[in-house]
Amino acid sequence: MNHWPFIIAAYAVVVAGVGGLSLFSWLAMRRAEAAAEALRNRP
Amino acid sequence: MIHALANPTRFLKIARPLTPILFWSGLLLVLAGVWGGLTQTPPDYLQKESVRILYVHVPSAWLGMGGWSSLAIACFAYLVWRHPLASLAARAIAPVGAVFAALCLITGSIWGRPTWGTWWQWDGRLTSMLLLFFVYVAWIALERADRERGGDGRIPALFGIAGTVLLPVIRYSVVWWNTLHQGQSLTLTQSTIDDSMLWPLLLTLPGFSLLFGGLVLMRMRAVLAEQRVEARIRRMAA
Repeated sequence: MNHWPFIIAAYAVVVAGVGGLSLFSWLAMRRAEAAAEALRNRP
Repeated sequence: MIHALANPTRFLKIARPLTPILFWSGLLLVLAGVWGGLTQTPPDYLQKESVRILYVHVPSAWLGMGGWSSLAIACFAYLVWRHPLASLAARAIAPVGAVFAALCLITGSIWGRPTWGTWWQWDGRLTSMLLLFFVYVAWIALERADRERGGDGRIPALFGIAGTVLLPVIRYSVVWWNTLHQGQSLTLTQSTIDDSMLWPLLLTLPGFSLLFGGLVLMRMRAVLAEQRVEARIRRMAA
């Protein structure tokens, strides 16, 4: 049995999971901090 | 130390520069470990090429369990000292830990097919890890419901501490029961893995751990900023 399709699938799942979580967390942080900063600068 | 960090302003002063340091150094270590694991190490004499999956599977398992340990410590700190940052840390850790527990289950299942000849087996290690994933999901749902109903966070904190009973079950499942899953091959002090195959794991393990820390800090900063916005809107409305 060729193991490489399984290896590629496993690494793809990790890239998608960690990559997606990183992107989601970074966007949420950036959005929330920008909103807080905009509100703080409002007169 | 814990009391000093409990101040959100002081925490942010440390978290802002620490977030990119943890994230990028973690990513660098992971990439180096993955490169080594995929191209530089020999195949195992029993598992053949599929052993390469372990360079991402083992750190996922480590962080799935380590995430719950951190969540339980944060819950304990919240119950004892009532630090709002402790409950916020638990809230930030839970989804990250759940993702790593899920990655552990999925990569383990993919590894099991060419190695064991099956995607899944209801043995002690696999079943207890699946339970940990469900416990993560249950904690996230409970914490959200408690927050939306104006709860004081005590029930999720107690659940977080109670969930730690699963950790020794997962750790010793391969000792207590006759499982399909292999026994412990790596501890903090010793390893039964040959050095030629071990070194990428020694890069991906700290690498994913640093990434985990960076992601938790991102989520904590997001929640803190959302709370500042809510507080400001309430003050403006009053």
